[in-house]
Amino acid sequence: MKIAVCVSHVPDTATRVKIGSDQKSIDSNGVTYVLNPYDEFALEEALKLKEKNEGTPEVILLSVGGDANKETIRKALAMGADSAVLLKDDNPRDSAGIAKALSEEIKSLGCEVVFFGKQSVDYDNSITGQLTAEMLGYNCVSVVVSLNIDGNKVTAETEIEGGREVVETVFPVVITAQKGLNEPRYASLKGIMAAKKKTIEEKPAASYDNLTEVSSMLMPPPKQPGRIIGTDSSAVPELVRLLREEAKVI
Amino acid sequence: MANKVLVVLEQREKLVKKAGFEALTVGVELAKQFNTEVEAIIAGGEIANLADAARYGVSKTTHLKSIEFENYSSSGYSDSISDYAKEINAEFIILPNTAMGKDIAPRLAIKLNAGCIMDSIAYEVKDGELFLTRPVYAGKALINVKFKSQVKVFTIRPNVFKAVQSDPISPVDISVKEVASPNLKARVTSFKKSEGKLDVAEADIIVSGGRGLKGPENFHLIEELADSLGAAVGASRAVVDAGWRPHREQVGQTGKTVSPSLYIACGISGAIQHLAGMSTSKFIVAINKDKDAPIFNAADYGIAGDVFEIVPKLTEEIKKLKS
Repeated sequence: MKIAVCVSHVPDTATRVKIGSDQKSIDSNGVTYVLNPYDEFALEEALKLKEKNEGTPEVILLSVGGDANKETIRKALAMGADSAVLLKDDNPRDSAGIAKALSEEIKSLGCEVVFFGKQSVDYDNSITGQLTAEMLGYNCVSVVVSLNIDGNKVTAETEIEGGREVVETVFPVVITAQKGLNEPRYASLKGIMAAKKKTIEEKPAASYDNLTEVSSMLMPPPKQPGRIIGTDSSAVPELVRLLREEAKVI
Repeated sequence: MANKVLVVLEQREKLVKKAGFEALTVGVELAKQFNTEVEAIIAGGEIANLADAARYGVSKTTHLKSIEFENYSSSGYSDSISDYAKEINAEFIILPNTAMGKDIAPRLAIKLNAGCIMDSIAYEVKDGELFLTRPVYAGKALINVKFKSQVKVFTIRPNVFKAVQSDPISPVDISVKEVASPNLKARVTSFKKSEGKLDVAEADIIVSGGRGLKGPENFHLIEELADSLGAAVGASRAVVDAGWRPHREQVGQTGKTVSPSLYIACGISGAIQHLAGMSTSKFIVAINKDKDAPIFNAADYGIAGDVFEIVPKLTEEIKKLKS
């Protein structure tokens, strides 16, 4: 069995966003890039599945982008993935373009289980997993907070408004991981050393014409500075009055 | 003239959800601008309030009905909805950006060879072309996006567009299509309701607590204030990571991005990831001891004082007001 884990290389969530000179994307100067936080849950789940099956499945990382992604791939290798493929394209792709590149590679590798983070914290689309599954004709469960795999049977709990749904399906399957699915491990020193020796295979990403196009990026409208109306509970009646009469929200 | 607009409604426990009516309002408006017709579609078992769709200005609603559709099935719902979209040659397919909308929209996009744009908060038609505005980086920036595809699938963020009722349309045209053997390759077998009364993703008012509460044992103060307002309880990442509160309550960049009418942040300093997740709330109140905390820059009203003193007093005042 082969397990694919699709990872993205994203600005750290502490980043203060500045618009780049193209007016269509962020200025990446001085920005620290990390492994997408949700992908850590995806990778952890893949590693747990490998351990449960006594180490037979191969855990393969897939990433779409430029050379900069290698740093993130290296970190994920250090957590315990076996190998990695970087599907190269220096031009921006929409989610379906990324899914196209991933699905072609997953098909040629023959992975039966594919893990994604439920969304990347850059464009926040939360659809690449589902798009990839649909392109491959795989089953898919998104936003998974609990997963049980028994043979080729999959039982997953997924987070929706007001609760969790229990979903049943079978292999081949795409799972998108939500925070809470597990506690991602830290890379061990041994893992970090081993990752240095692993090769990252590089190949061109399958060609694709974007179906959506960003025409501009802008900062959200600035907010009027608020009012501090007091420093103790004597300000509460005034707060209630403002919420009622000025804001009209209660 | 553009081809039809199709709005995908959502039902849970036999009721059409509000977010679907918001999407319908956008669909009706868009159809006007493109001089075309709008239809609604929904998959489910029995649905109690489907006729309400007509009150939001849609003339025709199709109910894809099956006993198997009482629970969500990603494969079954998306197959049946995309078949119908093809049948009526729909050009715009609009869904609410809910858990279900986020799950189905990309599947429809592939089946219909459409581009897919998620979580729109505004739209504009310029020279006959549709531009959608959506937050990126959890709201730290916005992008304007357009489609390059003939068929266009997009979702709209709940609580941003108001569901507007128009003159009732009569006769109400609800056509029921029995789905004989739906594709159930992936299906929901049960639903586990969470303990909290309301979900932050759907609530109109949210009361959130942070590290300033000092421990999980003090969150009853947040719950009581939330109860008095009929609000949902939210939490900062710090308290979720510390295990004080469940992840489903987390507001911010690795939690939920929310846009309620009122957001009350108690004992939350306002890390950039938190601010990104709640700054589109219509009104923000901050209660925090540190008057220099960044949360006050995002807030409309603030009290720079002790949460343990102010929150109970606020609960008391709200209760008085409501009694």
